[in-house]
Amino acid sequence: MTFINYASREINCKIVYYGPGLGGKTTNLQYIYSKTAPETKGKMISLATETDRTLFFDFLPLDLGSIRGFTTRFHLYTVPGQVFYDASRKLILKGVDGVVFVADSQDERMDANIESIRNLDENLREHGFDLRAIPYALQFNKRDLPSALPVDVMYRALNFKREPTFEAVASEGVGVFDTLKAVAKQILVELRKQ
Amino acid sequence: MPANELVLYQEEFQRLERSLRQLRQDASARAVFLFDKSGQQIAAAGEIDQFDATSLASLTAGNVAATDGLAKLIGEREFSTLHHEGQRDHMHISIVGKRAILLVIFDERSSLGLVRLRVKRSSVEMEKIFEEMLVKGTRTTDGQAPASPFAEITDEDIDALFSE
Repeated sequence: MTFINYASREINCKIVYYGPGLGGKTTNLQYIYSKTAPETKGKMISLATETDRTLFFDFLPLDLGSIRGFTTRFHLYTVPGQVFYDASRKLILKGVDGVVFVADSQDERMDANIESIRNLDENLREHGFDLRAIPYALQFNKRDLPSALPVDVMYRALNFKREPTFEAVASEGVGVFDTLKAVAKQILVELRKQ
Repeated sequence: MPANELVLYQEEFQRLERSLRQLRQDASARAVFLFDKSGQQIAAAGEIDQFDATSLASLTAGNVAATDGLAKLIGEREFSTLHHEGQRDHMHISIVGKRAILLVIFDERSSLGLVRLRVKRSSVEMEKIFEEMLVKGTRTTDGQAPASPFAEITDEDIDALFSE
């Protein structure tokens, strides 16, 4: 939920990274955390299992600078990707302003990608959002893996509204900031419309 | 999606802060925070420099959301208050006006009973401020929607944010 605070002149927006388990959502946030200046970020919180799988969410607050005298702050969240954490996943979408879908490029994960987008659509609906209308960016992660499917095959299967789409290798930072910028821009444009 | 937007003006912010300061004093608490249910801080009072407010906001909202989910699983509408007891410090979490979360951090100088009592009283006042805020967010005195400062944002403004 965009929160405009006229008293402290801040805009706060919430971006959620969604996608199948082990697709690289947390890695996206970790890369952003590692590459941003200390004064522009807060603490990164990861609620993970002992084996480093996301249990509830990762959270990273980020200041992008000021726009029209308002400090623009983005709160980045990931959801737990594993199928059985659906109840938790739904909770994270509360008050979301924009979604990044991190798809796993590996051939054997295509079904999981498709299932996860369907799940995103369903969970957004429960919060009264429409995936077709909400600021949204698509990322094809793990492009460096040998079993990565051709981009045009993935595009045809996963892109459904010509949303901005990026190839990425999140562990090396390729495509990470481009994806974030694409969704952040859409959120700000949305703000202008309102 | 206008319903998805919370707008806080100076006047209501100051009233909420006043209310929080009063609560902090009456409840002998270390600090009190008011968060939005999606994890954004609205206002705070007390020893706020002692805490990482942004992390507190997101974790408290996550906690409330998870507890809300638990309530629904057993057929309850919500669990309206939560209490976490530590060795030195304790937390009291409650819902205010359906969309905000009030977090009170207190130690041995106070007690759960006192905090509960004071929270109940000040929640009524804060709920009233929230109701007025919502009306103001959608309408000005002449019945028009208030002009947003972002209506004038240009593509250049947006690009400038990402120019590093």
